[in-house]
Amino acid sequence: MEDSRRRFLMLAGISAVGLTAKPVLDAFAAEQKQHPTIGLKKAKDALTAKQWGMVIDTRNFHSADDLEPIIEACHKTHNVPSIENEHHEVKWIWEEHFHNAFPGLAQKYQDERTEHAPFLALCNHCENPPCCRVCPTKATFKRESDGIVLMDFHRCIGCRFCMAACPYGSRSFNFRDPRPFIEETNKSFPTRMKGVVEKCNFCAERLAVGKLPACAEASDGAIVFGDLYDPASEVRELLRTNYTIRRKQGLGTEPAVYYIV
Amino acid sequence: MSDKKLIIAGVVIFVALIAFPFWFNMGKAAPAPELKLTEHAKTANDGKCVMPVDYMKAEHMQLLDVWRHSVVRNAERTFVNTSGKEFNMSLSNTCLDCHSNKADFCDRCHNYASVRPYCWDCHIDNPKETE
Ligand code: HEC
Ligand code: HEC
Ligand code: HEC
Repeated sequence: MEDSRRRFLMLAGISAVGLTAKPVLDAFAAEQKQHPTIGLKKAKDALTAKQWGMVIDTRNFHSADDLEPIIEACHKTHNVPSIENEHHEVKWIWEEHFHNAFPGLAQKYQDERTEHAPFLALCNHCENPPCCRVCPTKATFKRESDGIVLMDFHRCIGCRFCMAACPYGSRSFNFRDPRPFIEETNKSFPTRMKGVVEKCNFCAERLAVGKLPACAEASDGAIVFGDLYDPASEVRELLRTNYTIRRKQGLGTEPAVYYIV
Repeated sequence: MSDKKLIIAGVVIFVALIAFPFWFNMGKAAPAPELKLTEHAKTANDGKCVMPVDYMKAEHMQLLDVWRHSVVRNAERTFVNTSGKEFNMSLSNTCLDCHSNKADFCDRCHNYASVRPYCWDCHIDNPKETE
């Protein structure tokens, strides 16, 4: 009696396992069938670097008119809206006064040229970016392959921690649907939507097809772009031969954008 | 007990009302939507999609997920399909290049299946205005 009950339970247990395992195994088998071998790779002419960086020769800029075409080139390629209300403004690259861009470096009696010259400001693509540390969804991240601090808009939940963390004001929040404020849409690049943060992407989409960033292209040589970790690159050559400054260096974020003043 | 009749009538009416959606829609199942292919789609890749059509029907959302992850996070923008053909991984510039009739293709099926992808809040849904 005792014996047969135990046998019955054992058999029942084993068949229960068998019955439930089958669908699981089937699912695994199906999974393998559904994902045939595919390949993902870079385009042949893509520009690559270990850490993209930028040197801006500010001696070439005398008035806001000199910056205008550069800002426009960037904002047109990336469908950045132009919103009048400064609380809702969205910007990827913009003009700044010396004492705002470099607060620690402004002198009591500043020389006339830097006092009045316009300075270009954009995301510094820091080597040690505070924005990436605070992002709860890893929507903003430092890309291992090329050092660009990117936004993955698909993950952004609009919490704006990154805006609080960025010491440079490089990030803008879409308080409203940007589409009505884009005069001419570049149809090959997505817009953004209400509720996400955005900023400069060092033209990741242009580098991928072998083009330099739009601002560098529009700058007539005043903006030089290249690999900071390659001692033979043009940016490193400029850094060797010119005295340069970076924004708020003391914070330890290690900006990748250098300024010749 | 003269209430018996009333109760039975009540139950019948109640059941009829509860079952209203079922008998009202009987025999009226919405037919599967008819999808239109553009001329360009029919010729661009010998009439084939980026992956076999059965895979596309069932898995195109997963494929798009792989694409966007690869493009944004890994800087890899070229997709090589199972037959070795290469595509630029882009929702608006590749999928909608062939399926430029989004309203008669993607939307028609999505409306039927009651899916509302939010991609078009950002991705441009008419890179080239074509039929
Ligand atoms: C080269 C042109 C081309 C591109 C690019 C393309 N498709 Fe297709 N697609 C086709 C063709 C042609 C068919 C019909 C294939 C068939 O019926 O055998 C198809 C079929 C489909 C189907 C199945 C429709 C059905 O019959 O139920 C889906 C879903 C689909 N495509 C989605 C996509 C998505 C998503 C993308 C981008 C990842 C994409 N397609 C890119 C040409 C293309
Ligand atoms: C044959 C019908 C069919 C066609 C054609 C089709 N889809 Fe879909 N799509 C679906 C279904 C069904 C789902 C929902 C799947 C689910 O929820 O598991 C879906 C889901 C999606 C999703 C994910 C949505 C979400 O909220 O997660 C995306 C993105 C998508 N489709 C894009 C496209 C694009 C782009 C096209 C046209 C190029 C297209 N689909 C054409 C049936 C279709
Ligand atoms: C908040 C805006 C936003 C939303 C919503 C959004 N995307 Fe994107 N997506 C972008 C941006 C910006 C890029 C980067 C484009 C680039 O670098 O070329 C991108 C890139 C992509 C790419 C690769 C590049 C390309 O040109 O397509 C794919 C694929 C993609 N997204 C799919 C989707 C799908 C599928 C959805 C909906 C389920 C979606 N996206 C929703 C903004 C968005």
